[in-house]
Amino acid sequence: MNIDQLQQQYNEQRRQEKRKIFAFQFVILIGLLLLWEVTTHFRILDPLIFSSPRAVGSMFIAKISDGSLFPHIAITMFETVVGFILGTLFGTLLAISLWSSKTFADVMDPYLVVLNAMPKVAIGPIILVIFGPNMLAVLVMGVLISVIISTLVIFSAFQQVNENYVKVMQLFGASKYETFRHVILPASTPTIISTLKVNVGLSWVGVIVGEFLVSSSGLGYLIISGFQVFNFTLVFLALLIIIVLATIMYKGVEMIERKVLEKQ
Amino acid sequence: MTFLDVKNVTHHFFKEQQVATALENVNFSVGAGEFVSFLGPSGCGKSTLLSLLAGLLTPTAGEIQFAGDVEIGYMLQQDFLFPWKTIEENVALGLTLLKRENHDIVDELLEQFELAHTKKLYPPQLSGGMRQRIALARTLAVKPTLLLLDEPFSALDFRSKLSLENFVSETLKQFSTTTILVTHDISEAIAMSDKVFIFSARPGTILKSFIIPQEIRELTPFDARNAPAFQVLFQEIWEELDTDEY
Ligand SMILES: Nc1ncnc2c1ncn2[C@@H]1O[C@H](COP(=O)(O)OP(=O)(O)OP(=O)(O)O)[C@@H](O)[C@H]1O
Ligand SMILES: [Mg+2]
Repeated sequence: MNIDQLQQQYNEQRRQEKRKIFAFQFVILIGLLLLWEVTTHFRILDPLIFSSPRAVGSMFIAKISDGSLFPHIAITMFETVVGFILGTLFGTLLAISLWSSKTFADVMDPYLVVLNAMPKVAIGPIILVIFGPNMLAVLVMGVLISVIISTLVIFSAFQQVNENYVKVMQLFGASKYETFRHVILPASTPTIISTLKVNVGLSWVGVIVGEFLVSSSGLGYLIISGFQVFNFTLVFLALLIIIVLATIMYKGVEMIERKVLEKQ
Repeated sequence: MTFLDVKNVTHHFFKEQQVATALENVNFSVGAGEFVSFLGPSGCGKSTLLSLLAGLLTPTAGEIQFAGDVEIGYMLQQDFLFPWKTIEENVALGLTLLKRENHDIVDELLEQFELAHTKKLYPPQLSGGMRQRIALARTLAVKPTLLLLDEPFSALDFRSKLSLENFVSETLKQFSTTTILVTHDISEAIAMSDKVFIFSARPGTILKSFIIPQEIRELTPFDARNAPAFQVLFQEIWEELDTDEY
């Protein structure tokens, strides 16, 4: 056999391996749904609490066709994406200002430590009072939850850039801005991108908690309202939609990461 | 003609716990177009002295005088090319920052360094010797009148080191750049320089200077190593450094 054939054989094996894994994954998914359906059907699990895949499915179809689901999905998606972008953006900007003045960074240090340690959702009620029960409060929640941790992670990435690269810039008489643009930013890009991935998850937490509190629209609101009237089919529907959307967003950011890192 | 005059330069590093004196009363001068080398034990302050000359640090005491305007090119102990920029962009860095962007200079240098084919590649794709040459090209692109080289060949295997020595020596003769080379290698210092300064252990000060005879200077660094006068001088410097507890 020649090398080409061996290579083909190797690729074929790899493809088969992948197909096998995918088949297993698919079987597990179907199995879980079946288990859920069967256990609730025979009342091993209380269908009032655990609903059932069929109930969730038919509610999904009903709510899609009467158009009452889409606005909630749109609002939550919008809030999450905006919260995610603003959280990362403000985090990066804050990290830049910390980097540009050592005095400022030293002064801010204890405050950042405290803010980071504080569970952000605990101040949810205060945010609700300050901004009122509207989308703004939810957005603030979504931003707040990711901004401090982004700042800290990105700032520490800035600080870890090899000082000799900075020295090279100094030798050419570079300004602080030029040093940032040519050295600090490109050297920290991988870290900034990996905070993006963390922030996707955090923004979802912030936004859903925000919607719990504001309780006027969005998937978080659907969960809370379903819970209040003991409509757990609605709760599961909202939950499943959140899972799917969050996964899609995470995968999207992963794709951006691959694109950017490839270029580097 | 004196190009650089260093008078009574002393440098301390201040730390919370203690003060470290890196250099004490260093005096020397370098003529225009001269190539001088610094030899001395590890930690005696050679890199510190280069940083002082380059203006990265200010001496605690003493004076550093240049004859007229100088453009300093400083090649650090390692290449420190930016891995996120292409070879071309790396070489052009100084020109970009000094707003003197000029692709011809970059292309010419790469051509001359026989690295034109690496233009669009990134530093990690190059060998150590190639990267060292690119770092030199980056330093030379801004046409420095004073070149500071901090152990530029220390990370290389012996063969690449010898060929790079020849190359650098030839290139600098063309540009007639005044050069200061820091090295641990006595042969390298003799083969490349017009003058060699021997430093004491920390705090560093100049113990002795050796003028390299004309017959060695005329040869390429590689051939210089085989000159009869070379061995004699090597022995002398070796003994000097030995008493210096090298
Ligand atoms: N930034 C600094 N802060 C404090 N001490 C320093 C600093 N830089 C250097 N030193 C000290 O000053 C002395 C001289 O250091 P330097 O790097 O100039 O030595 P060197 O002669 O270049 O050594 P080598 O041959 O190993 O490169 C050393 O003892 C070092 O510990
Ligand atoms: Mg050194």
